[in-house]
Amino acid sequence: MVGLLFLVLPLAGLIIRAPWRDAAQVLTSEAATSALRLSLITATIAALITVLLGVPLAWLLARPTLPGASLLRALITVPLVLPPVVGGVALFTLLGRSGLLGRPLYAWTGFAFPFTPYAVVLAQVFVALPFLVLSVEGALRTADRRYEEAAATLGATPLTVFRRVTLPLVGPGIAAGAVLAWARALGEFGATITFAGNFPGTTRTMPLEIYLAVETDPGAALLLSVLLLATSVAVLVLLRGRWVRRW
Amino acid sequence: MSRVTTRRSTLIVATAAVSLLLAACGNAAGDSGGASTSESTITVAAAASLTEAFTQIGKEFEATKPGTKVMFNFGSSATLAAQIAEGAPLDVFAAASPATMKTVTDVGAAEPPRDFVSNTLEIAVPKGNPGKIASLRDIADKSKKIAICAPQVPCGAAAVKVFAAAKITPAPDTLEQDVKAALQKVSSDEVDAALVYKTDVIAGGEKVAGIEFPEAKQAVNVYPIAAIKGSANPAAAQQFVDHVLSSDGQAVLAKAGFAKP
Repeated sequence: MVGLLFLVLPLAGLIIRAPWRDAAQVLTSEAATSALRLSLITATIAALITVLLGVPLAWLLARPTLPGASLLRALITVPLVLPPVVGGVALFTLLGRSGLLGRPLYAWTGFAFPFTPYAVVLAQVFVALPFLVLSVEGALRTADRRYEEAAATLGATPLTVFRRVTLPLVGPGIAAGAVLAWARALGEFGATITFAGNFPGTTRTMPLEIYLAVETDPGAALLLSVLLLATSVAVLVLLRGRWVRRW
Repeated sequence: MSRVTTRRSTLIVATAAVSLLLAACGNAAGDSGGASTSESTITVAAAASLTEAFTQIGKEFEATKPGTKVMFNFGSSATLAAQIAEGAPLDVFAAASPATMKTVTDVGAAEPPRDFVSNTLEIAVPKGNPGKIASLRDIADKSKKIAICAPQVPCGAAAVKVFAAAKITPAPDTLEQDVKAALQKVSSDEVDAALVYKTDVIAGGEKVAGIEFPEAKQAVNVYPIAAIKGSANPAAAQQFVDHVLSSDGQAVLAKAGFAKP
């Protein structure tokens, strides 16, 4: 009960203290709408990328006879426990303009990741991928392998088995993982501000906009926070009903 | 482990824990005495640009006043001002602009501030100037990667003034929360140029080169310092402020590149 209050009361405080008289002006301002639009677009793209990268990885991890599985799982869990700012610094050292991979990339194409929306997506994928991988791995492990084996004995190729048996079985698990990844990406701050920078419309996502507003206009910060909270809750509730049969 | 050994080791651990707890409580009670003990601590919140100079001043202050310890909280003046206005337990505030100090004095949280130094902007480029930046005009070049401070922090407000004076529309790629973040982008060769303070170019050392520009004089940032009301150590706080204003403090600041207020 105490735990629940601890989680719920701050959110209630947010809603109660927000200056609702200014809501119309703040929530429709250029800064707020561009930040929200950037956040929604990047988080959705990041969630899709985590599904593309994460599902095969989770499938690999769920195989019963994988050598070094625990090491692999530990590596995948690292972004989960790493402070996001450290993640941002790490991405910098790899993909910054003078980074290990970034320097040859810049020399070759004149393109560098920092200060672009691509960097925002990258930072979000980095922090959200473990959520998806571990969630899908869990779903794969609890799925009954006998269905796959039965399909194989009936003559289905491994690809057909994956496509027509495995995927539908773990579909809800993937959806749940994707939603979790999306929510994590939406709230990402530390890695974004360190790696991607902070510029309105390009890299200033909602969390960054709120951080800025805390200093300049605390009332606006409260309203924007409630907006982000409401958006996240709305999507979670919607998706939970339609796509996720088993949470 | 047998039952007897388990119980004994539990007892040992419990005794150790309790004695540690008592020792910690004893120490805490001693420290919070404040005036009654010889050890007192003050926490100074200062603009990021004061990092090197104030760290040096802090050491000298502790040497002249044995028993006093100075802790620093360097960061964006705007962030620190907001925290002090909300009641953060700090003893001294040194801001990089009168505007950020005003956030604190408006709510009556500080004693009357005194100006102690001033600072002007300079263009910082990575060593070797890879972006071939020559003047303020290059800051408007969209093809170059530029970092400037966000407008609500002092160095950003000064940047807005110099751009207006030079009639240039800047094309920054990122608006940093404090001047050290902007400097760091330059020293790690992530941007072609950043608009930081003269003192930051000096602090950046070999990794950073500076380019002066005439319009900098249009936006001189005066730094005020004030003791915070409700401090646990008002005497030590005021002594620190006086030390900063004294010739010793001013000498350290001048060496770091600050100018007279």
